[in-house]
Formats: sequence, C-alpha cells, structure tokens
Amino acid sequence: MSWFRQAAAVTGMNLRSLGQRRGASAVAVLGVAAVVGVFAAVLSMAAGFQHTMNSAGSEAVAVVMRAGSTAELNSGLSNEQVRIVADAPGVARGEDGPLASAELYVIVDLPRKGAGPDSSSNVPLRGIQQHGAAVRGNVTITDGRMFAPGRAEIVAGRGARGQFAGLDPGDRVRFGQAEWQVVGTFEAGGGVSESELWTDVRVLQPAYRRGNTFQSVRVRLESPEALAQLDAALEADPRIDVDVERETDYYAAQSEALTRFIKSIGYPLSILMAIGAVFGALNTMYSSVAARTREIATLRALGFGASPVAVSTLVESLLLALIGGIIGAAITWVVFNGYTVSTLNGATFSQVVFAFAVTPALLAQGLVAALVIGLLGGLLPGLRAARLPVVTALREL
Amino acid sequence: MRYAYLVWKNLWRRKTRTILTLLSVLVAFVLFGLLSALQYAFSLGADVANADRLVTIHRVSLIQPLPISYWQRIRATPGVADVTHANWFGGYYQEWRNQAPQFPVDAESYLRIYPELRLPREQREAWLANRTGAIVGRSLAEQFGWKVGDRIPIQATIWTQKGGGRVWEFDIDGIFDVDAERGGDAYLLFHYDYFNEARAFGEDQVGWFVLRVAEEADATAVAAAIDQQFANSPAETKTSTERAFAESFARQFGDIGLIVSGVLGAVFFTILLVAGNTMAHAVRERIPELAVLKTLGFTDGSVFALVLAESISIVLIGGVLGMALAWAAVGGLAQAVSAYLPGLFIPGEALGRALLYIVLVGLVAGLFPALQARRLTIIEALGGHR
Repeated sequence: MSWFRQAAAVTGMNLRSLGQRRGASAVAVLGVAAVVGVFAAVLSMAAGFQHTMNSAGSEAVAVVMRAGSTAELNSGLSNEQVRIVADAPGVARGEDGPLASAELYVIVDLPRKGAGPDSSSNVPLRGIQQHGAAVRGNVTITDGRMFAPGRAEIVAGRGARGQFAGLDPGDRVRFGQAEWQVVGTFEAGGGVSESELWTDVRVLQPAYRRGNTFQSVRVRLESPEALAQLDAALEADPRIDVDVERETDYYAAQSEALTRFIKSIGYPLSILMAIGAVFGALNTMYSSVAARTREIATLRALGFGASPVAVSTLVESLLLALIGGIIGAAITWVVFNGYTVSTLNGATFSQVVFAFAVTPALLAQGLVAALVIGLLGGLLPGLRAARLPVVTALREL
Repeated sequence: MRYAYLVWKNLWRRKTRTILTLLSVLVAFVLFGLLSALQYAFSLGADVANADRLVTIHRVSLIQPLPISYWQRIRATPGVADVTHANWFGGYYQEWRNQAPQFPVDAESYLRIYPELRLPREQREAWLANRTGAIVGRSLAEQFGWKVGDRIPIQATIWTQKGGGRVWEFDIDGIFDVDAERGGDAYLLFHYDYFNEARAFGEDQVGWFVLRVAEEADATAVAAAIDQQFANSPAETKTSTERAFAESFARQFGDIGLIVSGVLGAVFFTILLVAGNTMAHAVRERIPELAVLKTLGFTDGSVFALVLAESISIVLIGGVLGMALAWAAVGGLAQAVSAYLPGLFIPGEALGRALLYIVLVGLVAGLFPALQARRLTIIEALGGHR
C-alpha cells in the first residue's frame, strides 16, 4: 500500500472514532474557539476605530492650524489669519467665494445613553461656517434639517445621536447657560465627524467667549495635488505661522496612538491565550493517542508504517483546531461585528463613536492561529503515536 | 491532611497530563493577574482617591477655564480647609510622542493638598525660590535621564509665549516620588506665576481647583455650596469628590471592566474544561484503585474528598505559580510603560479574588468526577465493569 493510502486509511479510522473521545475533543475545540474569539473581538476594536478615523478624511481637504498644535483643541487662529488661508492659492472656489470653513472645536459634557444623568462624556461641539458641509463633500442630513445660520441650533452626527442622550431632532440641550435646539441628524461617510455636534460658528464664538477667533480652517483643494501649492504659499507668508495638513493624514495620526495601544495589548493577550490552548490541545491529543494505543499497535503489527500513524494524529489535531477556530470566529462575527461603542480619543480629548469591525483579515489571522495551535498540539503526540513500541503496547491492554 | 501524600502521589501518576493541565491553569492566572493590573490602571486610582479632596471644574467641560479669582472665593467657603489650582499644559519633550503631562500649579498650596507627593526638603526650598523651576516625578526623570540641575526644553502645543515662542525652558529643582498605588509620578510641575506672565493668551485663567474639606462628612454639602456660589455666573462650576471625578473620567474610556470580564470569562471557562477533563480521565482510569481504597475501609466521603483535593491541588499549584509570574511581569512592565500607563500594579484585592477563583475552579472541575468516585460500588468496580 502506498504511503498516502496508508495515511488516508489511518486518518479516516481515527476521525471516525472521534465520537468516542467526545469530551476530550470538545475541550480542544472550545479552547481554540476561545482564543480565536477573544483575538478577533479585541482586535476588531482597533480595526473599527481605525476604519472610523480613516474614512473621516478626504484627500482633497486640508486642515490648517496654528503651527505646533497637535489637535484642533490646542490651536488658535485670528479672523485675519483665517482670511489669508481662505484666499491662498490651491483652495477651490465655489460660486460665492473660496470653499473654506473656519471652525471652532469645543467640548460639552453629555450623559451617555442608559448610563444615568450623572455619567459624563466629552462630546465635541464644532462650529462651522456656511461652506463647512460643502468643503467636506460627504455630508448628508438624514433626519430633520441643517441648522439655520445665526441661531442656537445644532445638528448631531449619527454616531453621537446613537450614543449620547438627548440628541434627537426636537430635543433641547443645555450647555452652561446656553440652550440649544437639536434640529437634525447628519451622516458623513461613517467617519469620526459623525461623533460630533455641529452648529454655526458665529453662534458658538460668543457662547464660549472666543471673541472673533477660530481654531482651524478646513479648505477644499482644487485637486489633491494642490496641497503642496497651498503649503508653500502659507509657508512664505510672513503674516501667518501655521501647519497645513491633509485631512486624511491628520486623522490617521490621531488614530495611531489608540490603535497601537489596543494592538499592543491584544496581540500579547492572544499569544498568551494561545499558549494556554496549546497545552490544552496537547493534553487532548496525548489522551487520544493513549485511547487508541491498542488500535495503533495493531495497525503497526499489520505492517502500517510509523509516519502514517503520526500524520493521522496531526490531522486530527489540525481538524479539531480548525473547527474550534471557525466556531470562535463565527461567534465573534455574529456578536461583535458592527457593535457600536465610544471611547475617549486622547489626541482630541473627546469621544469618538465607532463600531467593532471583524474584518476578513482578522478572521483569516484567527484561523491561521488556530491551525498553528493545532500543529503544535498534534506534533509531539503524533511522534509518540509513531514511536509506540508495538509489543509492549499490545500487551498493555 | 492525613492523605496529603496520597493526593500528591496520585497527582503525579500521569506526569505529562498533570503538567500540561498545570500549565493551562498557570497561563490563565498569568492573564488574570495582568488584566487585573491593566483594569486597575485604567480606573486611574479611583479606589485610592481621597474622599476629603474635592475637584472643581467648569460645568460645561473640563477644558473650559475658570477665573483665578475663584481661588479666594472657594477658600472663603465655609467647610473648606485648603485650596489649590492647576492647569493643563500639554507639551512634549523633544518628540511629539513624549507627551508626559505637565501642570503649572501654585507650588505651596499644591504640595499641602497632595501630601503623598514626597520631595526632599532642600529640593522643595530650591523650587519655591526659583521662578522657572520645575519638579518631576522619578519615573519621568528616569525615562528621559533628567537630573536635578538640568535645564530642559518643553515644546508647547497650546500655550505659546508672548513673543510667539513655543519652547518653554525649566530648571529641574527636584525629583519627587508618588507610590504607584497613589497614581504614580510620571508628570512635571512648574510655577503658575511664571506660566501666567509668559503665556500669550488666557491670562488669569486656571484649569481646575482641588480643595480639602475640614470634615470629610461635609464633602457633599461643601461641594453644593461652592457650585451654588457660582450659579448663573459666566463660569458655572461642577464640584465632585476626587473619587467621583476619577471614576467618571475613567468611564469615558469605555467599559474596560466589561471587556476584561469578557476575556477572563472565556479564559476561565476554557481552563475549567481542561481541568475538568483531566479529572474525569484521572478518575476513569483509576476506578479499580478507588475500589481497592474502599475495600480497605475508606468511606465514600473520603474518596470524594480525595478526588476534590487532587483537583484543587492542580489549580492551586498552577494558580499560585501563575500569579507569581504575573507579579514579576507587571513589575517589569510597570517600569517600561510608566509614562503611558502610570500606576500599573496588581491590586491586593485581585490576589484575594485569585484565591477565590482557584478554589471555585478546583471545586467545579473536580465535582462530577468526585461524585462518580463516591458512587462507585466495590463489586462493580472490581468486576472490571468500565
């Protein structure tokens, strides 16, 4: 009999008898399922957060802030500086002037939905100009209407409305002494903007005693390549000291810290769990070999080679691990994919609403990890099976 | 205890199996230790925050400044023993990544309010006498290699100076210690007066006030009285105990507790299966032996106890070794991440819980096999009925 047919025959026999070792096999399967499930769940947070931050920006939008500011919250620009930026070369122009929006970014304290009125969340409130939505290009009002210029009205991002209390159209919210009317809900391509509340910057300035100052200017570029032109022009202008950044880069830099943090915890955590699962799998496979001692010895006595016996054990281990991996991945996908939460983004000191993203890449990594666990768990027991001394093994039972 | 030797011998009957089970348990408890430390660090010391210290911030949000004139008015509020104030500076050292917190503070009152901050007397005197002086926590000083006497540049991200400069220079006058249990010491303190005169905007505004009440029992009433004072003013306040403040801030990161419990739930469920499976095997292959024990006069109860003792022993050995490893690992990690995650250590309460889990997992894993051993009848077991 060829080696392959021997291996296939032993493996087939082995798998058909799996039912008799149900308990031990289930331990290996569930151990691997737990590893893959936790791995995919934890890292889907990083993936979801990154997705939210990355889909927020546009290649054709530039963010201009005071030089040295790391985030809008830290920046400050005067009315004159804002005008210089808007009139600079490289900025796209609409029918009524440059497509630029000078903005203020402040934080308001809102309770989280279902967490009681005492809970507190730093929710970003952004004052934008008339072209604020047009500059971004991906904003749609899905419920109610846009705020009216000059009035204390806000529109809430879809994510913010879902996570924080009192942001449905028609609601009234109080921040300090000012009361605001919520008039609509907007979407912005699933990005971080949807965690924000927007209002007219001219109303926000006096409410927050900011005089006639802003924190950033967002401009739509004539083309993505026009960034260099705008940057050079503002760099050369002695009246102004600002940093120009592409919006995609601005958000990517902000997502880096938290994403790295989740990964730097998620991977070691998963590796530790995987080590534990390898021990569990080894245990299962050793007991599987022990349970089949007589069977293996009989096969060897009949003339089966040592390696087909080893391979059959390895295949059993890989199969159990794969089943576990699929179970873990499936449960995580069903339970967590799209699950929406919010967290504090350290870079902006404000809440970002995002959804867990159990991506195909994560599922694939999880299944590879499962197979590695199966391989490590089956290797040594496979060798033991191959090396069973035939005569003593037959006598043993 | 009489049977300890018997339990021990049984434990090592199948060395490979016992060692593998021990290792699974060990890994689970290493994870438990590490995650407990992480969860605790994220609570930002909410458990140890002082109940007699109150924090007053702007009602709208922490980033809104309050006028310095409130300092006198809060101090004059009945029930207030002492008040200090601080600001968020938000600068970095050399590279944008090195963003350890810096706070401009009123030095004397700040040191009075925070007695857990230990600073040698002569360094304290030097700092109080030096306008551009700063003191830094030991973990931060070690991270950047700073020594007393160094002059260090800090890049501002918010606070430009009047001339437009963005680099603030400080003389390091002292290095202080705060225990990790009290939140660690990875920050820098410098003088508010220097800050206030040199900054380009925001003059006479501070970020928040911290105060101590004379009687802890009055904390709630004092907080209400302070907020009442500033109601309907341009800058309304929100005063809460340091603990409530820390808790509410920690919750903003999300429900870390829920995530940690979820992961640990999966981990402990798995080791329960591993240990349970091991005990089931151990009893099944030992049925004739157990029957012999019963023949020798061991009662059903003592056989039941023997199996349970074995189960608990496996989890106990693995659990204790795992917690010891986690302890060592956290000690090493705490040093490396002190700037990002200060106050990383395994809280005493977690050790108690580990012990509880050891006993629970051991009991549950051993229960069914032990019941099986207890039910054995000598005749059937010795009769080769398997």
